[in-house]
Order: sequence, then structure tokens, then C-alpha cells
Amino acid sequence: MTTITQFDTLPQCAKTRRGLVAVAMSGGVDSSAVAALLQQQGCTVVGLTMQLWNQRRLPELQGAGPARHRCCSLDDVYDAKAVAQHLNFPHYVVNFEEHFEDRVVRPFVDQYLTGRTPIACTNCNTDVKFEPLLRMARQIGAERLATGHYARIRKNAGSGRSELLRARDETKDQSYFLWGLSEEQLSRSDFPLGELTKEEVRALARRANLPVAEKPESMELCFVPNGNYVQFIQAYSQERGISLRNGEGEIVSESGELIGRHHGVQNFTIGQRKGLGFAAGKPLYVLSIDPQKNRVVVGEDHVLRKTVCEVDGVNWISCEKPGASIRAFAKIRHKHEPAAATIEPLDACSARVAFDTPQRAITPGQAVVFYAGDIVLGGGWIR
Amino acid sequence: MNRVYLDFNATTPVEPEVLDAMLPFFSTEFGNAASIHTFGQKSRAAVETAREKVAALIGARPQEIVFTSGGTESDNHAIFGVVLQPLLQARSEVEGSVAHGAVRSGEIGRHIITTAIEHEAVLNACQALEKEGVAVTYLPTDQEGQIDLEELRRAIRPETILITVMHANNELGTIQPLEEIGRLAAEADVYLHTDAVQSAGKIPIDVNALGVDLLSLSGHKLYAPKGIGALYVRGGTRLRQLLYGGHHQRGFRPGTENVAGIVGFGKAAEIARKSLRETAQRVSTLRDKLEQGLLHRVPQSRVNGGAAPRTPNTANLVFPGVEGEALLIALDLRGLACSTGAACSSGAVEPSHVLTAIGLPPEDARASLRFSLGRHTTSADLDFALNVVPAAVAQLRELSPAYRKAAKAR
Repeated sequence: MTTITQFDTLPQCAKTRRGLVAVAMSGGVDSSAVAALLQQQGCTVVGLTMQLWNQRRLPELQGAGPARHRCCSLDDVYDAKAVAQHLNFPHYVVNFEEHFEDRVVRPFVDQYLTGRTPIACTNCNTDVKFEPLLRMARQIGAERLATGHYARIRKNAGSGRSELLRARDETKDQSYFLWGLSEEQLSRSDFPLGELTKEEVRALARRANLPVAEKPESMELCFVPNGNYVQFIQAYSQERGISLRNGEGEIVSESGELIGRHHGVQNFTIGQRKGLGFAAGKPLYVLSIDPQKNRVVVGEDHVLRKTVCEVDGVNWISCEKPGASIRAFAKIRHKHEPAAATIEPLDACSARVAFDTPQRAITPGQAVVFYAGDIVLGGGWIR
Repeated sequence: MNRVYLDFNATTPVEPEVLDAMLPFFSTEFGNAASIHTFGQKSRAAVETAREKVAALIGARPQEIVFTSGGTESDNHAIFGVVLQPLLQARSEVEGSVAHGAVRSGEIGRHIITTAIEHEAVLNACQALEKEGVAVTYLPTDQEGQIDLEELRRAIRPETILITVMHANNELGTIQPLEEIGRLAAEADVYLHTDAVQSAGKIPIDVNALGVDLLSLSGHKLYAPKGIGALYVRGGTRLRQLLYGGHHQRGFRPGTENVAGIVGFGKAAEIARKSLRETAQRVSTLRDKLEQGLLHRVPQSRVNGGAAPRTPNTANLVFPGVEGEALLIALDLRGLACSTGAACSSGAVEPSHVLTAIGLPPEDARASLRFSLGRHTTSADLDFALNVVPAAVAQLRELSPAYRKAAKAR
């Protein structure tokens, strides 16, 4: 066995951890490295791999993309098993297909059909990984659930709360997808990779001789094998008998002037430029989508920039819901540079976000996540 | 860690005497049973002795036993063999082009009767034939997992070619009234196949008393190795072969015989036959102890299929308010091996079609666990189970919001 000694930077709690820890294993290098790391720290590890989606279910999508690099394919399950076998700890595959469809796939499709741009990974974290999977982990006797997320959890000695923090490696930071977790969920979770860079994780995997050490990263949504959402939405809707407001619709300017035609609002997302299907003198972008009128509104870039938005389903993690407006840095999509803003809580679960400067393409269905330095205060869904 | 295995319906260990009997046939007695020389003759003799022993277990004649790779092959051979046989006949009588698509057009092999609780080897074979145009009736069962004979009688049509009904169910252990089914099949002049993989070695089987024409057996369910099974084919049954090759097993099931496996199967069948009565009695006493103990110690638990005649070793219980999958894992981590539902290709658990078919609501089907005892299961094994299961169920329920809510409402 290779021993790894150079992770002295790890939080102290990780080193003193005892008892059984469940590791959510996707079969990828990150979660596999988590298992190796925890084992090296003296934890007793049990691996859990979620069966989330039947890849053979929508036959029209078969052969539509590379069969590898999908996260719920059999190959990935076997990879996770191979890692568990290599490290010699028990591993189980658990079936959350029904739950995943209810809480992730169906809402994802519904959101697109109402002209929004959803984030399936956030729903999966909030409603699957840290809900039934965490519960199952505890039911089988594990104290905590560890995952391969790049984010950090810190216990605030003063407040006693568990706080969610950005990953040390900013290029890999996934805290944007974790804002929906409750403080309680967080208090039972472990993100052992939060202090590491991707390179360090790969190096760790190599030193531990993990069979997945060289496995390429998966970037796509696990249930959309080829990344073609439109095709997936069409196939899924057809299977479930969801009527698509398909047919052609209008593309109009802000003033309502007809500019072109489209083939279904699910093909569009706010801020999109390509694929509008017509050439205009100046670059035009999708400003808003109106599924009721089956209409897409386009305009120039400067119109896309807005200062204010409202969010609902607001969740405060690292602090209680503030009684008055607070200053924070707010991030409106995964690859957005957080911008200074004032967050004004409206009621228990909604808030108004006013940015200091206009932000481009604030997109309904995406989330605003509030940061104070590295700390994730909370977040909410853009209305 | 102390580990207790209560999943003998999934598979059994090879009995030491069985292994001893097999060992020479991997090395010194390695001859091909089809060879003419002395090496071959020794293997041939061993195969034929084994055939006699397997035949004796089910009251058959040795020449009616065909060795296969296991229960799945036997089931497929029986079902496809019966249904496709007339196709060959038709081909030989008329020109091939006429027979092509004959099944589809409804002229031959038009109807099979089976049950909703069969093993996948039977169900999926029937479904494959359904896609080719064969009509299939899936008889429902009552809540104990037994079919209704009157319903079976009504399902038989002039074009029915095969009835395939399992002898004992793998999940519940419930036994079908095969003798009566055999009489109905004989009256209607329809072939009767039974998957006896779960009953052989556990309860007495006599193919003549049961009136079956075809019967599937699997070695590894009765302390022989995996990869060996048999199909009983009553003399005179017209069956199309599945595999084409050399002249092994009268050319009917070609492929060099798995001599060691066959020898092991023979030995295991012999042991099973000799010890059957005594084992059944002892095991059923233990099973009842387990069942009663769990019913007593786990609030609201119930037995599935308990009122029907059952194999002596199988207990299936529902523990409302738990996820069987989580319970299975929790128990495995504590050293107890049992089973729930059906494993799909990834190894995840799928809801059991059997429990759904006997009318359990989905949440109860998911909350069910099967314990299957073995010949060597001891009272101490059950004490262990009676200790860990109630504790694990309690822990799961404690962490189940739905259960706690329901408990509060009560």
C-alpha cells in the first residue's frame, strides 16, 4: 500500500474522525480519491454508488454520443466497484432511479419547457445526494457522508454552525451547486477534496494506484449522455406524454417587432446569441422567453445587463436569515465572477438582489449564491 | 467478523463430499466423455452414474436427463424448444418459405400459459416469444402466491402449446399445486414445464406424480457447483434443440460435457435425496423459529406468503417503514447476508415483481426481506439474526421521517 503523508493542511477534524464513513462514489477520480484519502486517515469506509437513470431508457438517444463519461453508466458503477475492491472496503449500488426522476429529471424538463434554464446538479445535491443518500448512509450506520465535491465545510467555533466555504482551488470550486443544503445536512457531510487541487487529487489517486487515476472528467449532465438537452427534452417528453408547445413561434424585438421564427422555446436560454436562425446587422441576444405566448424576445447586449433580480426558495446555510439587508458578493451562474450586491430578505424564502453594477444575462432558473469572502451564506432561485 | 449466510435460495456452497467427488475429474480423470479411449470411457461412466443420481432425485429415467449449464439454459431450452418445435416440422413438411413467419401468422405454437411470479429466465423467454407473435397468458396469483386452477383451466385454448409454472417460488417459497396443474395439462394435451430450481432437494419431487413433461434443475442451489444444471425431458416430448454442434448427449445438447460439474451435481443430488426428509424437518423448525422470533421482536412485521404450502427453508417478511435496500446493507455490514427484491445489472435493487404480483403495495414490497436457510444453518445462526435484524430495523425506522410521522399519527 502506498502511504500518503503530505496532507497536513487538512482540517483537524478530518484526521480525528472515527467510525464508519459512507463515500458517495460515482466511479470518477474525485470520489474515488476521497475513499482512498479517508481510508488513509484511518476511517472505516463504505462505498455507495447511486443508480440514478437507466441509460437504455430513451432508445432514440442511443448511439447519440460517446458511451463513456456518463455518470450513471454501468461502466462507472464497475469503476466504483473496482476502486472499492482495490482498497478493500464494502461497496453497494443503491437504486434511487424513481427519486431522481421525480426530483431532478422531471423538474429539469418542466423548467426548460417554461422557458427557464435549470441547474439539475443543485437539485441532485439538495434532494438526492444529501437527502435520501445521506439518510441511507446514516441508516446503515455511517456517521457521515463524504463526497468528491470541491468545497469546504468548517465548524464555526463561535456559532457552533457548520459553514460552507468555497474550495481552495477556485477553478474547481463547486460551492455554487451546494447552496441548497441545510446546515444540518452540511453538519453530517464531508468534502475532503476542498483543500486540494485537481492535480493533487489525481496525484493522490495515482499514488494509491486507483484503477480510475487516469479517467477523464465528465462534464455533461449524467442523464443527458451527449449534452444535447433539446434532444433529451424531446425524447423524455414524448415518453412521458408531456405535450410540447413545439411548433413554430415568434422571435420578436423588445418593441414587439417580428424578427424571425423559432422551433420551440426549450431551444433557448437567456443571453444566447448563436442559433437564433437569422442574421441581423448587429449582434442580438435572447433577452427573455415567454412560453405562454411561445415567444422569444431578443435585443442588444446592453439590454441584457440588469441590476436587480428577485430570488425565491432562499436558503441560508452559514448564518441565520438576516433581519435586514446585507452586503455580499453574489454569483449568478457557475462561471460568473461574484459581484458586489445588497441582499434584502423579503419574506421567509424570497429576497431581492441589487447589484452595484449591471450584470449580464441574469437567467430565470439559475441560482444566485451569496458569498462573504469564501463563505457561502446562502442562495436562491432566480425568478 | 462473524458472518452468517441466510441467502441459500441465491446459491449454496459446494458440499465437501461433492468437491471430493469432483476433484479427480479436473486432473487425473480428465478425459473427454465423448472419446473412445479409456480416458474417455472413465469420464463417460462418471457422467452416466451422475445422470442416474440426478434422475433418481426426481423419479425420472436417466435417459430423460439432459445436462445443461444451469437453470436459465434449462428454462430457455424447455420454452423455446416446445414453441419452436412445430416450426421445424412445418419446415420439413412444406417449403421453408411457407413456414417462415408461421408463428407470426398464428398458425403454430400460438399460446403459452405462465404465471406472473416466474423467475426471469422463464418470464423473459416468454416475453421474447411474445415479441415474435406468440400469445402469452400471465396468470395472476392470490396473496399467498398461488395460482387459481379454475383460472388456469379457463386460460387453456385449443392453440395452447405449453404451460410453464414454477414449482416453488424463489422469493416466497410458496409451492404451486403442480399435480392438479399436471392433470389439467394432460386433459388438454398441453405440454407442462416446471422450473423446479427452488424445490429440488428441498421437497420431494416425482415427475410422474406431478405429471410434468419438462423440469428445470440447477446444481448450485443444491450444493453442487455453479455452471451445471439439467433439463428433464419426458420420453416422447418433441423438443427443438437450442444448440448445434457435436454428438454429445445424443446430439440434443452438444458441447463437451462438464464432467466435473456433472459428477458434482450427481453427488449433490444423491446427498439431497438421502437427507431430504430429515433436512426438511430440521430446517423448517429453524425457519419457524426465525419467523416467529422476528414477528415477535419487530413491531408490525408480517410474513409474506406464509399461509400457502412452502419450501421449508424460506421466510419472507415485510418490515413496514424501512427501505429493504438500506436494511440489506445495514445487515451485511453487521455480518448477516440475506436478500431483497431483484438485483439489476448494476447491482442495485429493483422492486420485486413477485411481491407486486401477490398484491403488496410498492412500499411494502420495498420493505420486504427474504431469509433462506441452508442444510447447515444452526440455531446459533438464527440467534444472531434475531439479534441484529430487530436492532437494524429499529435504527432504520428511527431515521425514516415517513415512519416517524406515521408512528406519531398512530
